[in-house]
Amino acid sequence: MHLKMRLCSPVVAFASFFALVPAPLSSQAAGEKKLEVFSWWTSGGEAAALDSLFATYKKQNPGIEIINATVAGGGGSAARPVLQTRLAGGNPPDTWQSHPGWEMLGQYVEPGYCEAITELYQSDGWDKAFPKGLVDLMTKDGKIYGVLAGVHRGNNLWFNKKLLEKNGITVGDKMTFDEFFAACDKLKAAGIPALGVGDSGIWASAQLFENTLLGVVGGQGWMDLFSGKMKWDDPKVKEAMKYFAKMQDYLNPDHSALSWDQAIGALIEGKVAFSSMGDWADGEFTKAGKKENVDFGWVSHPGTDGSFIIVADGFTLAKGAPHKDATIAWLKSIGSKEAQEAFNPLKGSIPARTDVDKSKFDNYHQWSMKSFASDTLLPSCVHGEAAPAAFQQALNDAVTAFIVDKNIDNFANALAQAAKESEATNK
Amino acid sequence: MQASFVNFRQSLPRTIWDWLILIFLLFCALFFLMPIYVMVVTGLKQAENVSLSTMWHLPVHLSGGGFYEAWRRLYPNMGNSLQLTIPATILSSILGAINGYIFAKWKFRGANTLFAVLVFGMFIPYQSILIPLIQFLEQIKLYGTIGGLILVHVIYGLPICSLIFRNFFAGIPDELIEAARLDGAGVIRIFLLVMLPLALPAFVVVGIFQFTNIWNDFLFGVTILPNPSAQPVTVALNNLSGSFSVDWNVVMAGAVIVALPTALIYILLGRFFVRGLLAGSVKG
Amino acid sequence: MPTANLQVPRSRQTQAQSRRKRISSERILPPLILVPSMAAIITFVYIFILITIWVSLSRWGTLRIDWRPRDPLFEAYAQMFAMPRWHADLRNVFVFTVLFLSASIGFGLLLALLLDRRLLGFTLFRNIFLFPYALSFIVTGIAWRWIFNPETGINLLFDGLGINKWLVSIGGAPFKPGWTTDPAVLFSINDALGHVFPGVHNISVHLGIPMAMIPVVVAASWQLTGFAMSMYIAGLATVPNELREAARIDGATEFQVYTKVVLPLLRPVTVSTAIILGHVSLKIFDLIFAMTGVGPGFATDVPGIFVFDMTFKATRYNLGAAASIVMLLLVALVIVPYLWRNLRKN
Repeated sequence: MHLKMRLCSPVVAFASFFALVPAPLSSQAAGEKKLEVFSWWTSGGEAAALDSLFATYKKQNPGIEIINATVAGGGGSAARPVLQTRLAGGNPPDTWQSHPGWEMLGQYVEPGYCEAITELYQSDGWDKAFPKGLVDLMTKDGKIYGVLAGVHRGNNLWFNKKLLEKNGITVGDKMTFDEFFAACDKLKAAGIPALGVGDSGIWASAQLFENTLLGVVGGQGWMDLFSGKMKWDDPKVKEAMKYFAKMQDYLNPDHSALSWDQAIGALIEGKVAFSSMGDWADGEFTKAGKKENVDFGWVSHPGTDGSFIIVADGFTLAKGAPHKDATIAWLKSIGSKEAQEAFNPLKGSIPARTDVDKSKFDNYHQWSMKSFASDTLLPSCVHGEAAPAAFQQALNDAVTAFIVDKNIDNFANALAQAAKESEATNK
Repeated sequence: MQASFVNFRQSLPRTIWDWLILIFLLFCALFFLMPIYVMVVTGLKQAENVSLSTMWHLPVHLSGGGFYEAWRRLYPNMGNSLQLTIPATILSSILGAINGYIFAKWKFRGANTLFAVLVFGMFIPYQSILIPLIQFLEQIKLYGTIGGLILVHVIYGLPICSLIFRNFFAGIPDELIEAARLDGAGVIRIFLLVMLPLALPAFVVVGIFQFTNIWNDFLFGVTILPNPSAQPVTVALNNLSGSFSVDWNVVMAGAVIVALPTALIYILLGRFFVRGLLAGSVKG
Repeated sequence: MPTANLQVPRSRQTQAQSRRKRISSERILPPLILVPSMAAIITFVYIFILITIWVSLSRWGTLRIDWRPRDPLFEAYAQMFAMPRWHADLRNVFVFTVLFLSASIGFGLLLALLLDRRLLGFTLFRNIFLFPYALSFIVTGIAWRWIFNPETGINLLFDGLGINKWLVSIGGAPFKPGWTTDPAVLFSINDALGHVFPGVHNISVHLGIPMAMIPVVVAASWQLTGFAMSMYIAGLATVPNELREAARIDGATEFQVYTKVVLPLLRPVTVSTAIILGHVSLKIFDLIFAMTGVGPGFATDVPGIFVFDMTFKATRYNLGAAASIVMLLLVALVIVPYLWRNLRKN
């Protein structure tokens, strides 16, 4: 034992020194012509879209080498540990992919990992091109911290048109919960699981709940919930939970073994009729060669017509970025019309700017852009924008438990408790 | 006592029991091969034809596309993995041999306690030390380098390698040491002249263990090496599956490719693996 | 063995001198040689564990590093043990460890014994059974997830082999288990425990065997049975033939030779294998992460995944650290008695 003790004290001192003192920045020369971009866009449409951003950047800024630091994994599940350990360790990438709202402001800006880029918005006419609602999601204390490349819409209900027609169901411009459940009952009678969910990783079910919640409490209620004005055990929330529980009766039985894209695949094959999913699902239909309004269709999730849940992708400027000038050029580039018009058709989202050439987009995206321009813009909770990460995880955990035991009181209490805890942590 | 080597006398099944045993083993073999079948078959399909509902079917159109694409994207990282795994395995083995030798043959006061302290290190969950580890590597300027990753694997491999070698060397008779001492050999020379020549089976076991663990590691590779061109192949394999949608034929083909080096080692050296286990590391 | 390097006899004094020098170098060198390794281990294992313990007692609950101690100090542990998810994790890791150890060791022993018969194809079978051990958990997790999908995996085999048709014809229900999608928990002992420990009634999680764990046990055993089998094959080879012959001469049947002679000699192998596999199962993360995630109603969630989620998804570093410390304690519970016993033996 003596040996260990004798070695202990100096080593402990040494270790605590470097643990308590912020680690020095990366030793890379700041003058190098490089740019490191960190994201989790690794394959298919996403990778192509990212490449288009690189191509636009290289045209506008020749001679700079781009390091494409990506880590795959749904929703960044494998990328987050890497990013977080790098930030905590003082070795940040120049810029990284982030959702606006709580994720950007709470996780990255507040601990001081980002630098403000407010000046960018004052030049190039950006203050007119980007909707105020979006920019507010990246503003803290009057300073703006990010640039958005594209916006996905989260509250969509996709359906297999041919399957619905075969069962005598038509879908109008909007849908109420009663219409939805009536359709589900008809399909159930025909032996078809009406609602397709692929919630391996649980977030697809959390998204279904989030969309349903919006459908019941409405846009103002949504903002009240996340500002603390409405409590999570409010009767309206519990009503949404009741609807959510009812939806479980119409799910495909293997939902917990499927990923979200496999559920869309089941919809395409006609095994299920509906799926509530963000519009990255559109890419699946295109890949499978399906025709809009012939094979498949879409409508706002029941009750959510008039609201647009934002799931947006943006980039930030790291504090102490090894290549600051190159990074500022990057942010300027992705905010430009040219980049956004190239990026978004490939990514399946709509541009964050409102002044782009709309003819490059298909029917669905034009519909989405119209909604974007006129509807209430709301942050998504499931994608990290409306609430802190700890609450998001608590929501996922509560949904996991609720799907099995359908206990509304437990669900509501868990969310109320999580909201209280997150208020305490984030004071 | 060195055990006698495995007796390879094999016989044809004689009794009804023998036949039943053979049939049972055959079923077990089929069960063991089942997932490999799924992976290989999916890898050989065309992307459009891959669907969960047809997972057992043989490919309608045989397509090398999955394997070709997977290889194209993985082969630079295979080089990284080799650059990482081979030096790390060699270093681990050497250090483990030295430590095992000391602990087995040179008992000093407190040696047993030290050994317990060392061995306990192999049981920690790696997630729990990620943050301090990264910060430490940053301080010594090894973060983001393959050298840093090698260092990490060598250090966290020390306990198991030392354990295996220590158990192995414990089985070597002390008389050999004594005789060398009488000839005037010191601690180091005894190791080089007496122990090392006898240690081949243990080196094979440790080598296989470490090669497998380091080749298959994902957590350290992904957090310590953020630059994709430097990452080991397991991380690249994970990146084959996109974040939002997956080309399953490429992923499955990639999985088969990543498994090949370790599989080859097992097939070629499997015999030595058992022999090495034989030579003492089995008895705790 | 004396070499040709014969020493010229010197005077007694110089012989004694060189012996003293050699003895003192023999006293110093061994511990000295160990210093680099021990220093590395102490830093990379023990110091880091201490830092992790500190984190679990700190206020670091978002991405902002905050080393200040928390008030109350053990709040992270209190919060963790109040979470139903954590209760499920503890239940799951226990169930998984018991089932997985029984399956791998039992099956590994069985395979080793059968291969011991030395029938045809020893090498081929051994390679096939050992091969999965070479694969990464991430790789196999994906394949097994597909196989246990209730709509398209091995359930199709039951249809194809006609088993379900037969079951239906005799009036039963078709055999189509939910596998990884099944949230049921069998043999729940909450009521029984509730009589002994009054606090059990507050636990909302069913303390029993989660059905969704079964496929995970199958996948993990598939991967590691070959390892157990190899340990037993090696162990079997150390059983001297003479002992077996002697037993046969004494009139024992083949079966008795195994049960009375061979198996008792294999006990140390069982202990070693159980220790190694036990610590793998307590730390398990990759396989479950790739195969099922947390499972329906946390049926397959384990502390390893909890640490990952709390640290990197919820960014609650103190909670994640607390969970890792508890994981470490669980592992220590298994390892320390074994190390202690070995220390005493030596």
